Amino acid sequence: MRRAVLILLPYTWLAALFLVPFLIVIKISLSDTALAIPPYTPTLDLTQGWEGIRTWWAGLDFENFVFLTEDDLYWKAYLSSLKIAVISTLITLSIGYPIAYGMARAPEEWRPTLMMLVILPFWTSFLIRVYAWKAILSKEGFLNQILLATGLIDDPLIILNTNTAVYIGIVYTYLPFMILPLYAALEKLDGALLEAAEDLGCSRLSAFWLVTVPLSKQGIIAGCFLVFIPVVGEFVIPALLGGSETLMIGKVLWEEFFSNRDWPVASAVAVILLAILIIPIVLFLKNEEKQREAEG
Amino acid sequence: MRRVSWFNLTSLTFGFAFLYLPMVVLVVYSFNSNKLVTVWAGFSTKWYGELFRNEAFLDAAWVTLRVALLSSTMATVLGTMAAYVLVRGGKFFGRTLFSGTLYAPLVMPDVILGLSLLLLFISIGLDRGMVTIVLAHTTFAMSYVAVVVSSRLVSFDRALEEAALDLGCTPLDAFRSVTLPIIAPAVISGWLLGFTLSLDDLVIASFTSGPSSTTLPIKIFSAVRLGVSPEINALSSILIGIVTVGVLTFSISSKRAIMKRMREENRAET
Repeated sequence: MRRAVLILLPYTWLAALFLVPFLIVIKISLSDTALAIPPYTPTLDLTQGWEGIRTWWAGLDFENFVFLTEDDLYWKAYLSSLKIAVISTLITLSIGYPIAYGMARAPEEWRPTLMMLVILPFWTSFLIRVYAWKAILSKEGFLNQILLATGLIDDPLIILNTNTAVYIGIVYTYLPFMILPLYAALEKLDGALLEAAEDLGCSRLSAFWLVTVPLSKQGIIAGCFLVFIPVVGEFVIPALLGGSETLMIGKVLWEEFFSNRDWPVASAVAVILLAILIIPIVLFLKNEEKQREAEG
Repeated sequence: MRRVSWFNLTSLTFGFAFLYLPMVVLVVYSFNSNKLVTVWAGFSTKWYGELFRNEAFLDAAWVTLRVALLSSTMATVLGTMAAYVLVRGGKFFGRTLFSGTLYAPLVMPDVILGLSLLLLFISIGLDRGMVTIVLAHTTFAMSYVAVVVSSRLVSFDRALEEAALDLGCTPLDAFRSVTLPIIAPAVISGWLLGFTLSLDDLVIASFTSGPSSTTLPIKIFSAVRLGVSPEINALSSILIGIVTVGVLTFSISSKRAIMKRMREENRAET
């Protein structure tokens, strides 16, 4: 009895506030825009009984999805979000791996401090960390001041409001998400395995590729998903650091909703975004489950 | 002790410099007296003064704080229950779906979560305001709490709980007197994580807030969208300061607790 309550309470909460909302998004993506409150039609009128449900059902169609395929803004935004997410995940991995590796190889008494140094930015406001780059990358910003003062450049670099700034912002804010799972995997790695590989004639580099990398695979997978999936739908970074050339679907969805007030189209954009992300999300969840089982 | 190789030392130095320099720059420039944020004109704390006279920011900060307290507390209760059920509950109908929906918000883009919750609130006729933000934040924060708590539940010895049950504890007693004290550090970090995530959230709050309930991130975002502002630098520095003090205190006190437990265990063994 008590067990049932324990299961049902969080389950019901998640069903009501996570699963049901998705069904509503799908429903509204099939509706039409209207000048009304709420701004879409048809709305379900249960007071009319079956007749109400029938007229509501008849009013649903795939018009918004057809619209999304006709206007090339949308598919360009999806493609460009995916491209930005892939590239920034790879950059984050290549920066995060040496850091996590260095942490895992550091003397044991350093590790808690190093760990805390990674966690601190992770706890610090995302918005503020993105904002910090605005002052650094702007035309009169910190970076240009240093480069001009040292004579490395003669004219200020234009970085803010370009895709470069978006990449810098993404790599910066998501780096802790990459480092933490990598560190967790690398820390468990038995140093004796590397010594064995070297004794058996491996060079240090090939021991790294043949032993360290495969054994940290789960950390690499977890880290890449933790960066890739949210970045595809990222809004704050392109909105603050990107420019007119930056096309990302999270921003398109936001504008569709808040500026154009076109809820059905915004919902259709969200449904397709979810359809694109569902495979990586399921893979991520499977990887987590596998890791939990390995630990438990 | 192994020597730290040059390669590792270099990657650590550059890595942490990259993580910290932007924040240091932000804090330093918050003491700049110039209205033009990037041009240094001397030390001043005037922007902090301006900030504390800005009613709109103070109101938003108060809303944000209440939302964060409420949602992180609810998320901790629900998330701990969910983690306990998943780790200790054995098999039950819909377990895979349950764990999937529990962990999915960790990676789900905020715009999707925000939009879907808003459409839910509209269709059940719930007015947007503090209540809706609290409900939304509780939902995504409970995932984080569940992750943190379940990793602790997985790693501790189940025999302790079984011993308590064998010695005549009811399951609830066993949970209260054995399980809870052991997982307490994880529950507290889960609460803190939920709290900071709620303080920080812009996207979900923008979708689910009403005109009467603007949170601090919404205010910050609309202020910085067009450019940098010295007041926001001051506000950011305060928030960075609070987080730094919080994380330091928490990690030092949990380290002390671990040392104390280890000493006690040593004493018990001898």
